Amino acid sequence: MDKLSQAQSELREMDALAAADSPVHRLHPLCKLLVTVCYIVTVVSFPKYDFSGLAVMVLYPVILFQAAGIPVRLCFYRLRIVLPLVCAVGLVNPFLDHTPLLRLGNLVVTGGVVSMLTLMMKGIFSLMASFLLIATTPIDSLCAALRKLHIPSILVTLLLLTYRYIGVMIQEVAVMTEAYKLRAPGQKGIHISAWGSFLGQLLLRSIDRAEELYGSMLLRGFRGEFYYADVPPCRMSGVLFTVGCAAAFLAARLVNVPALLGSLFVR
Amino acid sequence: MHMADALLAPAVAATMYAASAVTVGASVKTLRKDEATAKLPTMAVTSALVFAGQMINYTIPGTGSSGHLCGGMMLTALLGPQAGFLSMVVILTIQALFFADGGLLALGANCWNMAFYGCFVGYYLLWRPIMRSKLFNKMGAKAAGRIRIILASVLGCVITLQLGAFSVVLETSLSGITELPFGTFVGIMQPIHLAIGLIEGLITSAVLVFVYEARPELLMDVDTSDAAAQSKCSLKTTIVILAVVVAIVGGGLSLVASSNPDGLEWSMFGNADAGYSENMGLDEENYGISSGAAEVAGSIQEKTAFLPDYAFANSDSAAGTTVSGLLGSAMVAGVALLICMAGGFFRRKKADAKA
Repeated sequence: MDKLSQAQSELREMDALAAADSPVHRLHPLCKLLVTVCYIVTVVSFPKYDFSGLAVMVLYPVILFQAAGIPVRLCFYRLRIVLPLVCAVGLVNPFLDHTPLLRLGNLVVTGGVVSMLTLMMKGIFSLMASFLLIATTPIDSLCAALRKLHIPSILVTLLLLTYRYIGVMIQEVAVMTEAYKLRAPGQKGIHISAWGSFLGQLLLRSIDRAEELYGSMLLRGFRGEFYYADVPPCRMSGVLFTVGCAAAFLAARLVNVPALLGSLFVR
Repeated sequence: MHMADALLAPAVAATMYAASAVTVGASVKTLRKDEATAKLPTMAVTSALVFAGQMINYTIPGTGSSGHLCGGMMLTALLGPQAGFLSMVVILTIQALFFADGGLLALGANCWNMAFYGCFVGYYLLWRPIMRSKLFNKMGAKAAGRIRIILASVLGCVITLQLGAFSVVLETSLSGITELPFGTFVGIMQPIHLAIGLIEGLITSAVLVFVYEARPELLMDVDTSDAAAQSKCSLKTTIVILAVVVAIVGGGLSLVASSNPDGLEWSMFGNADAGYSENMGLDEENYGISSGAAEVAGSIQEKTAFLPDYAFANSDSAAGTTVSGLLGSAMVAGVALLICMAGGFFRRKKADAKA
């Protein structure tokens, strides 16, 4: 499958996931957004050698994935292209940081290895949390939450409109690429002679279409902002979820839970 | 060039968020004055198009690799800096949310590195001065316009990508996340992005020249009427600006190249198509350059980091805590696995009940 059709199917899959129903889906979008940001900040703020302290943070995404009825496997499958990039960031650390931290028999664990693993975990956890947010929150609700945070309406409306158009545009580009490929067999990409006209044609056509579309939006009463009608007010459960999660993150950040757990068994 | 969350310290991420938020605020304010809502659908369509367009592979003649479109410069040329910036912010947000390209926490930094330089620096320092100048006018109006567009987009992409790449290095070093020395990191990032910028600039200019031939009124700062040749920026100022820019970029590059000759060679072998971030330091054991800048960055970071590193001593007691930490982590992992299995069990049960 090429990049374009893959992006298409990924967007469709995400929409389907977000449209499902579960306790996590029913939480107020603003609460989920705040908790996600809170989680990522906490994860990233762990010191670079604090591998064990960070480990406990895996519980939040894992528990919520289960509550939402989404297998964790799916998250890793979807992020398979990005994950290696995230992990590659720390690869140099073992070569540059030789401080010995731990001896397990003959094996010496250096600071570089620990900081590399911590860095990879930070990256993976942040990705899992963002994926969880998107997989359980439809884009309309997310935009409504952003408006509640007083993000300028032009930006939020642009986000929603762009998201809607991306599907259309990717489809158009996929059709064009397919047609081009059929007429230019054995060629890897777009030839230099068509560099400008390939996307240029689509651009001109789309801009004209956008102007017509704006006319029809005006006729239906568009005054510069969409109305997000079906966002219920934040209920007690949402507030409890937000406060509870924030408190748990703070506690996990301050107390090294795995080390405590381990010290029950190691003397 | 998309940065992941793990690359940034919270303090740096927050600073970059603040900087980008101020720019967004200023852009929204400017746009409100001139009827932004009418521009909204066009902005959405063009940004969606740039998004899709970045997935097209353009073959680079004579080589096996391919290049992509440079989003910031194209949006600026079509929409102007403010609207272009907002569109880029939206593109980066969607990339972060739906495609995990760049993290949510790093979004502020990514907006600054890719959207701010591409749109504001690209427009005010390059696109507008060059397009309004009378450069190449001897060749006839149409040809001169074409050459100016090529010049502006190539220079724009190269310079804004260089600035963006430098910011990535600066932000990572200030965060104190990787062990890679500042000098080495710069020596890797800048040459790679020089090559990427050149190719992206050429592709962008090809698209913009096409638009110029067909519908010149869509582009910013292009004279559509022959009489309106009232340019504010003379040839002399343009040449002075270009000379200064070339001197800065050339000087910076030669500095990098001389201090780290292998960096350029490495970038030649690095495949620009394979992506940007994965090239970051895979073969750096050989580089051992300690730079003054890294020390300065380190000392600044010592003062700004509100979450200091753990003092990990070599003593037995520290090793003891780490062993218990390791054991505890393994237990947490076990619990996580159990939760997953339980969730899977209930899902299967539910599916069975439905069937």
